[in-house]
Amino acid sequence: MDHSAYSETYIRSILNDVKTIAMVGASANTIRPSYFAMKYLIKKGYRVIPVNPKEAGNEILGETVYASLDDIPAAVDMVDIFRNSEAAGTLTDEAIDLGAKVVWMQLGVQNPEAAKRAEAAGLRVVMDRCPKMEYGKLSGEWGWMGGNSGRISSKRGKLMGGRAQSLSIGVKRT
Amino acid sequence: MSLDDTPRFDTLAIHAGAQPDPTTGARATPIYQTTSFVFDDVDHAASLFGLQAFGNIYTRIMNPTQSVLEERIAALEGGTAALATASGHGAQLIIFHTLLQPGDEFIAVRQLYGGSINQFNHSFKKFDWNVVWADADDISSIEKAITKKTKLIFCESIANPGGLVTDLGAISKIARRAGVPLVVDNTLATPYLCRPIEHGADIVVHSLTKFIGGHGNSMGGMIVDAGSFNWSREGRYPTLSEPCESYNGMKLHETFGGIAFAIACRVLGLRDLGPCISPMNAFLIIQGLETLSLRMKKHCKNTIKVAEHLSEHKAVSWVSYAGLRGDRHHKLAKKYCPNGAGAVFTFGLKGGYEAGVKVVSGVEMISHLANIGDVRSLIIHPSSTTHRQLSEQQQIAAGAGPDVVRLSIGLEDAADIIADLDKALAEAG
Repeated sequence: MDHSAYSETYIRSILNDVKTIAMVGASANTIRPSYFAMKYLIKKGYRVIPVNPKEAGNEILGETVYASLDDIPAAVDMVDIFRNSEAAGTLTDEAIDLGAKVVWMQLGVQNPEAAKRAEAAGLRVVMDRCPKMEYGKLSGEWGWMGGNSGRISSKRGKLMGGRAQSLSIGVKRT
Repeated sequence: MSLDDTPRFDTLAIHAGAQPDPTTGARATPIYQTTSFVFDDVDHAASLFGLQAFGNIYTRIMNPTQSVLEERIAALEGGTAALATASGHGAQLIIFHTLLQPGDEFIAVRQLYGGSINQFNHSFKKFDWNVVWADADDISSIEKAITKKTKLIFCESIANPGGLVTDLGAISKIARRAGVPLVVDNTLATPYLCRPIEHGADIVVHSLTKFIGGHGNSMGGMIVDAGSFNWSREGRYPTLSEPCESYNGMKLHETFGGIAFAIACRVLGLRDLGPCISPMNAFLIIQGLETLSLRMKKHCKNTIKVAEHLSEHKAVSWVSYAGLRGDRHHKLAKKYCPNGAGAVFTFGLKGGYEAGVKVVSGVEMISHLANIGDVRSLIIHPSSTTHRQLSEQQQIAAGAGPDVVRLSIGLEDAADIIADLDKALAEAG
């Protein structure tokens, strides 16, 4: 498929379908973008399992860190890649082997050949995007920081989990 | 329409940024007249202060009424994000504070609003941000002004007061070659008439006080981030590329990518300098924005009628309006402002300074005041008011010499505007 732009329907269906995300390149450093994204996605009801060989065995945000995707003992719906574009190639192949349904490459990360392999194996692929940002655009939170979500809606935003300042994209999660 | 359709301009002007309120279902944007917002819990507070979560903290940094205005202007300009401020001048202060260090230079074309000329020449000088003037009518003067210290190029899309149209494409090429962002003040055009980002601008700035608000009742400014500039490439913009001490060493460009400039302007500039917009003003400007295209069409239609009339009047020596066939900026107007050349222009009086003073006193319906972009028609004699602080030479260079009168044409019946001007011109002799 064409990866120069993604439709709202495509991104929404991915963020609605996945429940467990393996985040490769997750950082314990609280000012790193991967830490931001992990913390945000957990708040939105996803289980995020951190993968980082340097932190293996430690915990980030209450989740055990694994050295590689292979080591994760749970089923993974989506692999979120916070590594460079080259490394994303090998990681995509591992995600296919793992039985993941989605490969998501972060802002600045693109590997079109790997994307083709994943799509041939039946996975959905997103490149050069951040799931935190995309979630924010769909929920309505993006505009809170003046961001242009590129969408309009006459539907009321959905508050999440009894919180005043958290909007959901609509899927019920515990 | 489907979720995947891209809304068009008039739809965005009404809907962008404004879903119904999540708690009450209010359809119009509520005025959140509050200074602060309660945190859900301690962790939520920490996430907000650490920029890890989206959300409201304090109205000096953001407010939900303001956010609607911001997303809407970002959408209309085709930017990635925007930041509203107390005024256009406040917006400019924040842009420069984010990009310049003491000792740096910037290039501004001299065809500018007199208030910007003052801000650049005097107030910014105190920060050791040094303006180098160039000429929009001689593009090579911009290229020649570039030095290693240049951090940005600044111009207006349609220049105040003369209604000149700037060759944004040519200037953006120079900015690109120099590796500096192009900042365009789009106040006179509004995104309905011109979208500078489509012509290579990296940052757009507005006084919302003018046509966007449109009713002469509220001050406001806006910064729009095009998301196109690589702030980290050469390390020349340390506020964006280097670890930020007031956020525990976070690098803003690395963290926020295509909205990093807008975020830096908010979480450093607005937070620390303080020129925030009031929620009430944001609300009133949103109301104005919803009819932007309708108003701009009528503004332009009235203006061409008045400009044509004046260009044939015996007391008038010249008219500077790019919408007029034969005007030296008419070609640029057709290229950059195909929907109209705006509603602000100047004309010269054969009777000089004295006649200018008489005309602004002689009008009955048209208001003599220092603003533009109102539903009401406005008139001013710049050399005795807005441009009074400048030398006669500077006044002439800015298109505001002693014989010059500036008009901002409103939405009244064009025949009444013309009749009022005719009366004042006759009395002025």
